[in-house]
Amino acid sequence: MRYAEIGFDLEIDLSRGSIDRVETDPTLTKLHLGGLGANAKILWDRVPPDTEAFSEDNLLIFSTGLLCGTAAPGANRTIVTTYSPQTRLMAYSMMGGFWAPELKYAGYDKVIIRGKSPDLVYLWINNDKVEIRDASHLRGKGAIETAECIRAELKEPNAQVSAIGLAGENRVFFASIEQGRSSASRLGVGAVMGDKGLKAIAVRGTKDVNVARPAEFMDLCTGVMAYIKDREAKPVPGVMPIVAGLGSPQEMKLVDEEWHTANFMWGNSRTRRKELTYTMAAYSDLDFGFRIAQRATEYGVDGFSAPQVMAFALELLEAGILTDADFPGMPADSEGRFFWLLDRIVRREGIGDVLADGVYWAAKRIGNGAEAYDHNTIKKHEQLPLKLGMLNPVYYLMYATGEKINITQIEGQFPQSPFPTREEREEFVKDWIHVPDEKFKQYLLDWEPRGEKSNPYYPTVEASCDIVDWQEKMHYIDDALGMCAGLSSFPLKPPYHIHNYPAFISAATGIDIDESELGQIAKRNRTLLRAINVRRGMRRADEKPPEDHWKRRFPELEAKLLDAYYEMKGWNNDGIPTKATLHELGLDYVSEDLEQRGVIGNGQG
Amino acid sequence: MGKVKKTIKSIKIVADKCNGCRACELVCSAFHAKPRYSSSNPARSRIRIVREPLRDIYLPVYAGEYTASECTGRDRYIIDGKEYSECDFCRASCPSRNLFKEPDSGLPLKCDMCEDEPAREKPLCVEWCINDALLYEEREEEVDEAVVAPGDIEIGVESLIDKFGLQQVLDTIARASKR
Repeated sequence: MRYAEIGFDLEIDLSRGSIDRVETDPTLTKLHLGGLGANAKILWDRVPPDTEAFSEDNLLIFSTGLLCGTAAPGANRTIVTTYSPQTRLMAYSMMGGFWAPELKYAGYDKVIIRGKSPDLVYLWINNDKVEIRDASHLRGKGAIETAECIRAELKEPNAQVSAIGLAGENRVFFASIEQGRSSASRLGVGAVMGDKGLKAIAVRGTKDVNVARPAEFMDLCTGVMAYIKDREAKPVPGVMPIVAGLGSPQEMKLVDEEWHTANFMWGNSRTRRKELTYTMAAYSDLDFGFRIAQRATEYGVDGFSAPQVMAFALELLEAGILTDADFPGMPADSEGRFFWLLDRIVRREGIGDVLADGVYWAAKRIGNGAEAYDHNTIKKHEQLPLKLGMLNPVYYLMYATGEKINITQIEGQFPQSPFPTREEREEFVKDWIHVPDEKFKQYLLDWEPRGEKSNPYYPTVEASCDIVDWQEKMHYIDDALGMCAGLSSFPLKPPYHIHNYPAFISAATGIDIDESELGQIAKRNRTLLRAINVRRGMRRADEKPPEDHWKRRFPELEAKLLDAYYEMKGWNNDGIPTKATLHELGLDYVSEDLEQRGVIGNGQG
Repeated sequence: MGKVKKTIKSIKIVADKCNGCRACELVCSAFHAKPRYSSSNPARSRIRIVREPLRDIYLPVYAGEYTASECTGRDRYIIDGKEYSECDFCRASCPSRNLFKEPDSGLPLKCDMCEDEPAREKPLCVEWCINDALLYEEREEEVDEAVVAPGDIEIGVESLIDKFGLQQVLDTIARASKR
């Protein structure tokens, strides 16, 4: 019997119309846990590196995390993995909701989709019964609408449905997969789903998910619940609401949560307009924000990319690079223009077809100086539009090297800026049991808002690498376990941390691991992801935050930071894992492959 | 029949505070798993959330009496602009729906307030409800002496009799006991 995991994947080939239930190798759980790690392994093994995103051979993997479906509070994430049409690198986008636990209850850890269906279809997974069903009547329907139609026609109100909207059907490079109130938005996973002719996956499961050591596991879960209540009653003082408590609903608790509504650039702008409310691209009111967000959700587009792409188009119009002829029939008012553009993009009509490839590719296609307006992408993908003053060395590293290409799912644990007074810092570190090592407390105690021990030279290069390593490690563990970052890697002083995770994993799975072994698994998963992208051609030159991300830049320091980070990771100076590192992680098959391709040399490492 | 004082245990549901996290479903199914806590499966839970996030509907309901036949009530209620079916508030394990039935056997499930030795202070769903949407309440009531709450087996046998008839159930039990 397998514990926490099910031990079976569902393999669907949409070209052949085949459905197989396949037992998985339990040794892979010990090496990768599950979720993101398991997906990376599958992608490395089964998809040749020259495979294009819109190819039959590309896989679209919907994975649960190792703890999903157990009573561990917050273990609910679905990890969607494929090759991105936009970055052309490995995409992994995640969503919350209850889809992943439902899949476990149906009896599967993953759904692995290959091939392309000639007609639009959806998948209905009802415990042991799995069907590929006609979805032609759902063509063009909104993602949420689709989910409702499917639940109604299956007469199964408890089915969890992941679906794409028009954007996914039309392979918009930033199309999302929507599910309940969540979505897997980043890196174009919805476009790959649309390319496969798959409108939705509906799941219903009524089987058990077992744990190995029940009493011990439940004690740990109860402890987490108690900690959550306690932590919520004591918000961290002196930080913005989103990290003062746990989870991310702080933005929803406070509708006009100032740190988010007044602190960002939004759109494709370069300057911050502090008085303005968070409405993404069109400077308008909150009501407009909700109305366009609702339509964008039905269409299924990413909430970071879509507004920037639209704002980018309007900037080009203002600059004369695009003309009125490119926008026939567009209304004159700001709100109307954004609705009009959104409608064109998801249908790939006219200029919408160019914009549907995202800012980077659109700028290339438009030419005529348009590239200068592409100032917020990293690795060809739109970032959260932040433009800040002083370089923060920790954030520099995360932006540059993050394989997720999404800062909110790389950062966490460590305060984003220093506390003004020594007293506040001393107070903060008092109950900071989460640090992997006592030295992190010192980093924080010494970190000043101004003067010698402030950004960009403090935290030091070495300390910055340590901090990033800790942050990344927690995210990689969460993404393998299917744990919501809001209870673990993102907030300050979360209920799950490096010291209690090994006990959770051991009690749930029966596989005994300690802290250092868990760290090693996280490193293996992180390195494998890097190797996948390196094999796709990613190098140091690609690891560049936008030039105007910070007003004050320090090229020499930045080079040192990157050098030191690579060295700490056991990668060479071009960001490629060395043979010795791969060997230490049991990834010799990776180094052999990279060697054959000439990516790493014989004498290297 | 004489009257006796009895402690009535109930759960007050503050639906306005529920955010649909489903922790109650998880811990309920884990508590009633055999061996205890060995598995989780919301389909076996004796508390379920009527959950329509996009309509802002989160309504916990916990399993009550088993009933052999459907009722006629299919009325709709609109409360604060949200539309509910009469069934949403109903605690019965009844033939009209899949709620509160063991997924394998179809046998009815009923909340037992997490009866345990030694007795728990409150049911686990209440303990695990982080938003205080579930509140445990006890009150004293005078009831008929003879009324004893049926246990899981009794409810199950009753539903089998309803489904197959008394004779078939007796015959089956007789056969099974000879094995």
